[in-house]
Amino acid sequence: MIELQNVNKWYGDYHALVDVNETIASGEVVVVCGPSGSGKSTLIRTINRLEEIQGGQILLDGRDVHDPRLDVNALRAGIGFVFQQFNLFPHLTVLENCTLAAVQLRKLTASEARERAMALLERVGLAHKAQALPSQLSGGQQQRVAIARALTLKPPVILFDEPTSALDPEMVGEVLLVMRDLAKDGMTMVCVTHEMGFAREVADRVVFMDQGAVLERAAPHEFFNHPQHPRTQKFLADIRSPFEKSAA
Amino acid sequence: MLELIQQYGLYFLIGQYPSGPLGGLALTLILAAMGLLLSLPLGLAFGLMRVSPWGWLRGPVTGFIYLVRGMPLLMVVFWAYFFLPSITGVKTDQFWTMLIALVVFDAAYLAEIVRAGIQGLPRGQMECARSLGLPYLRAMRSVVLPQALRNSLPSLVNQFISTIKETSLGYIIGLTEVSFIANQINTLVFTKPAEVFGALGFTYFVLCFGLSRFAHGMERRLARRGLGSHIAPKVAA
Repeated sequence: MIELQNVNKWYGDYHALVDVNETIASGEVVVVCGPSGSGKSTLIRTINRLEEIQGGQILLDGRDVHDPRLDVNALRAGIGFVFQQFNLFPHLTVLENCTLAAVQLRKLTASEARERAMALLERVGLAHKAQALPSQLSGGQQQRVAIARALTLKPPVILFDEPTSALDPEMVGEVLLVMRDLAKDGMTMVCVTHEMGFAREVADRVVFMDQGAVLERAAPHEFFNHPQHPRTQKFLADIRSPFEKSAA
Repeated sequence: MLELIQQYGLYFLIGQYPSGPLGGLALTLILAAMGLLLSLPLGLAFGLMRVSPWGWLRGPVTGFIYLVRGMPLLMVVFWAYFFLPSITGVKTDQFWTMLIALVVFDAAYLAEIVRAGIQGLPRGQMECARSLGLPYLRAMRSVVLPQALRNSLPSLVNQFISTIKETSLGYIIGLTEVSFIANQINTLVFTKPAEVFGALGFTYFVLCFGLSRFAHGMERRLARRGLGSHIAPKVAA
């Protein structure tokens, strides 16, 4: 479904992505983790072309995402994207946030869009907040609305860029549960996250990145119990709470 | 004072009209209103060009803004009044000269206000709108501008108030707007400059204060509709 082939990206002299090769199958849930600055976010932002690449190819269902002739807006309408900072539009109600793109792009009539958005808000447990403004919601609620919004155009793929990193700890759970339900329904998902519990429980595969390169990919069980690369071992040791007794 | 109003009140309000051209406060109001109505869309367009991703749009507008901002309005008025006819061969009348100068001058300032409003929003707003598949201009119109203009409202009103007062520079090229008329009246009466110019000052104050109050009311209405500036999305540090 998504194929990254020798993807390279530079910011000036800085080599942000180094020969990334990855294939993500339909229905697969991939968690991308790694230290900050490792290129995780940059990587998923290249998939819907929020970032350009300087080398290699990214194919989505066989179409070259970075082909200059490709209709980038049509491409993006087919890929859900959830941001760390939610980015709800503060001047629109929750419902309007969800229907904006569908109506503006004339994919749906206003009433169809409203119906679909209400169904999605129901699913994330926020139908009763449809007429509220984003500022009246908690962070967790805002992120759940952002997920509903990303689903309004029924994208086959959804990308998460650290969806719980800006949340208070007590709100992380509600967002992760919504994400888990999506995964259960067979959604193709690529999640950049530091939630190792989520990776363990929900992911089909964990990809570890450092300094722009993918160092290791494995099923969660393998990844957490038998990390191969020394950098991965160090990372997993470092993120463990210093107050827990070492398992090793 | 009463006598002054009885004798010159109408002259103050409409100049020599209907026996001569319309002038006085009426002319000032028309000039200010047209100046606002024309400079706002032009300033908006310039502001959008100034932040556009396309260099060939950005460059000329940036140059224009630097040029206009770099000289006093009086210079722009002189330039339009004396220099323009000498190259076009057509003598523009005072009203149109003044209007053109005002619109050109204010559009440059408004463009910078619009730009600041747009660039002051979190970058994620535009990015997120684009990630939903909205084309650039549509994202600008339905996501960025409603927020940017709301946030810029106080600065925009500031500029509009300046525009009202700037119409008085028409005096210099003999446009019979309200300051010119007031000076005429003062020359005719001769003994009551405090009253005449006091009335003139009060007139400008009422216009500007009225606009301020109107803008204040508008801000409150927008805030009720959720466009208040206090509702930027909560973001953890």
